[in-house]
Amino acid sequence: MKPASFDYHAPPTLAEAVELMARLHEEGVDAKILAGGQSLMPMLAMRVARPEVLVDLGKIKSLDYIREESGAIAIGAMTSKRAAEASALIERQQPLFHAATKLVGHRQIRNRGSVGGSFAHADPASEYPAVALVLDIVFKAVGPEGERTIPAGDFFVTYMTTSLESTEVLTEVRLPVLPAGTGWAIQEFARRNGDLALAGVATTLKLAAGVCADVRLAAFGVNATAVRLTGAEEFLRGKRPDRAVLAQAAAMAANDLDEPMSCVHASADYRRHLIRVLAERCLLEAAARAI
Amino acid sequence: MTTKQRICITVNGVRHEREVEPRLTLVDFLRHELYLGGTHVGCEHGICGVCTVLIDGRSARSCLALAVQADGCDVTTVEGLRDGATAQLHPIQQAFVEAHGLQCGFCTPGFMMTTLELLTENADPSDDEIKEALGGNLCRCTGYESIIASVRLAARRLREQQGA
Repeated sequence: MKPASFDYHAPPTLAEAVELMARLHEEGVDAKILAGGQSLMPMLAMRVARPEVLVDLGKIKSLDYIREESGAIAIGAMTSKRAAEASALIERQQPLFHAATKLVGHRQIRNRGSVGGSFAHADPASEYPAVALVLDIVFKAVGPEGERTIPAGDFFVTYMTTSLESTEVLTEVRLPVLPAGTGWAIQEFARRNGDLALAGVATTLKLAAGVCADVRLAAFGVNATAVRLTGAEEFLRGKRPDRAVLAQAAAMAANDLDEPMSCVHASADYRRHLIRVLAERCLLEAAARAI
Repeated sequence: MTTKQRICITVNGVRHEREVEPRLTLVDFLRHELYLGGTHVGCEHGICGVCTVLIDGRSARSCLALAVQADGCDVTTVEGLRDGATAQLHPIQQAFVEAHGLQCGFCTPGFMMTTLELLTENADPSDDEIKEALGGNLCRCTGYESIIASVRLAARRLREQQGA
């Protein structure tokens, strides 16, 4: 349970970090970026990951910020989850992201874990990727070729894999402000408080003249990445969000899922069942919040 | 082939300079380099919470931090709770003794350090807030009820102390 040997660098600026990653890549060195370490450290301890070099972003102060910018909330990738949880701006303007943050791990994890790290790690059971799909979060990354933006829909590739290049550093996560009157909800089931979810659902629900105008629904913990449940979303368009309709949409969402993961804690069938129950509860909660 | 790194970490108010391997975790640094055995090692992958310390005032699992990451930081361990001048137990420690917050004591340092952060932020937490705050610490002896009672007692003592 001790990590294998590695070399360690903690560059003080983003430019130096990007340059270092590029140089290590050219030299054929297996280098890994260390953010808050709350997922990477267990992988190092269990030697699931054995990089030759760790490049720690912890000293780069310019990646730690939360600010409002033209209708969006920009969060520096190295901002701690605890700071996101404590941010009145996020709680007020993007309550779904705020609620998701509170579901991540325990306080010790949120104190050190970074906002960017969870997205880059892309654990299919984590809350953030599903929220990214629901909200159309946009990611900024900087590599040797400069900066680029990546929409959430193109970001998550498969199990713990994103479209970030190995030389790119995720620098910013941009959340749209939740439009006034939009309902939202996130619910998950875990065997213990703070554990990774066996299954979970996140949603936003917008009404127009009493009917669903735009519903976004995503599941996590079931497939190799978080997934949008577009069949249910489309089914709800133009319908009144009454209990029977929402239950029907939830059943549709569960049925449409690709075969869920199966493990000692939860079979594929049980996960599918959880998605139906959680989707129904989420849709009811979001509809009650929508104006 | 690994290059050792020179680091300086302040632990319980005392600065310590050492050369360490990058792979050394903070908890192993505390125990093996500084001989501060109060912080225990449990699961070593961030599940059990026994190694909880404060890094710059924030609770953290010291098995999920490298010593090199804590370079320049201020770390508080369970050894830092007791009053250095009078050797008196901290009100949190005293409350855990009186309200039977421990049996075997293995998990206790982690619970007390998490409690220290909680009570610094919230002088009068509800039972639900205590349970939420302690959710990242496991105990196999007490069934938790006496730990929650200990935190309540500590909170009351600290409020009285502050009021006095």
